[in-house]
Amino acid sequence: MGPMSDATLPPSLAEIREEFLALAERDRLQLLLEFSRELPGLPPRYESAPGLLEAVEECQSPVRAFAEVDGDVVHFYATAPQEAPTTRGFASILAQGLSGLSAQQVLDVPDDFPLMIGLTRAVSPLRLNGMAGMLTRAKRQVREQLAA
Amino acid sequence: MPAPTDPTPRLADYAHPERLVTTSWLAENLDTPGLVVVESDEDVLLYETGHIPGAVKIDWHTDLLQPVERDYLDGAGFADLLASRGISRDTTIVLYGDKNNWWAAYTAWVFTLFGHEDVRLLDGGRNLWVAEGRELTTDVPTPDRGEYPVVERDDETFRAFKEDVLAHLGNGPLVDIRSPQEFSGERLHIPDYPEEGVLRGGHIPSARNVPWATAVAEDGTYKPRAELEAIYQEGGLGLTAGDSVITYCRIGERSSHTWFALRYLLGIDDVRNYDGSWTEWGNAVRVPIVAGAEPGEVPASVKQQVAA
Repeated sequence: MGPMSDATLPPSLAEIREEFLALAERDRLQLLLEFSRELPGLPPRYESAPGLLEAVEECQSPVRAFAEVDGDVVHFYATAPQEAPTTRGFASILAQGLSGLSAQQVLDVPDDFPLMIGLTRAVSPLRLNGMAGMLTRAKRQVREQLAA
Repeated sequence: MPAPTDPTPRLADYAHPERLVTTSWLAENLDTPGLVVVESDEDVLLYETGHIPGAVKIDWHTDLLQPVERDYLDGAGFADLLASRGISRDTTIVLYGDKNNWWAAYTAWVFTLFGHEDVRLLDGGRNLWVAEGRELTTDVPTPDRGEYPVVERDDETFRAFKEDVLAHLGNGPLVDIRSPQEFSGERLHIPDYPEEGVLRGGHIPSARNVPWATAVAEDGTYKPRAELEAIYQEGGLGLTAGDSVITYCRIGERSSHTWFALRYLLGIDDVRNYDGSWTEWGNAVRVPIVAGAEPGEVPASVKQQVAA
């Protein structure tokens, strides 16, 4: 088993990975575009208090995101402008892949998950840093809330 | 045969009015034979969400740059790329993109390295086209293949490498178009942008800081020539038409936007863009760096090396 094995991925992220890898490289951009359209809106408490969301500096376009631990269930919320569909796509993958997981499952997601979904050449590694930044922050926020 | 020049009066003052087109001119000339519209964005998916009818896409990461070495594609790769987009050597290319045309200007600069004659920018870029409520489509064109010769890239006339910048120190103006915080070294990257792993902050000695946005009006179009002159020439930076100028930023994209203004709107012949920019200089060993808001002096040791 190589380091790119998905043995450690929770089913939600493993499924997203399989969806991407099942496609030819060029078609993966279309799937990312579909994800970008599915990015859920923010819950009202964040809409009215956007300061609660933390800016992710690694992202190419302004994105604000927050992982919230409710009991032992994590929810991931993010918002990014319409004219930044790639960033919205990344946020949407994490919103769909992380939400509903336990805190420990989120902490166990490999940091290189963004590199495991076959987008490295279609999107470029530099752009994927944006998703890595969101994931890193989500994990830190989960750890902070567990410690609180 | 090149497409006609946009006759809009406000463009006529520029040194090379044929290098810019207005949104209204483009809207009326989309079907002009021999004209191809190219979208170049920072966001790799933005074109897919909707683009100017008939426009093709060229991405700086995945099309213009080599996947392994940090350099642009070669003559054969360029010929293949442009032919695949229905572009021939005599095609009029109109470039536009997101983020105030940063990547469109960058792509225009790369096309110029390959000597493509007729490369124009859509003044105001994608933002202005969208703000004016003009038509967008998700239909991706399938153009007939163009006929593009294999042309060797000219890396001397409009491109500067680190060694060229070292040799330039003390001999000509350098324009650093990053934010004041990046220039002073207090910040290593643009706010909200990826940290690209630069080890040192500051700027190249003697560089003057004129952030790229200084060159644009509120709607993202370039400012009129008189205003650009007041910024970059007499009364401002003091550049003259005979100067040899080098522009740089972080990876060479924002500085392409200023390169375009200096070269084509003000008509300074010798303007080179240093695409290695701060992500090279700020990581290089034993190159001089100045921290703080002042341009700073070129160290005597560099002057001696250059003279030797």
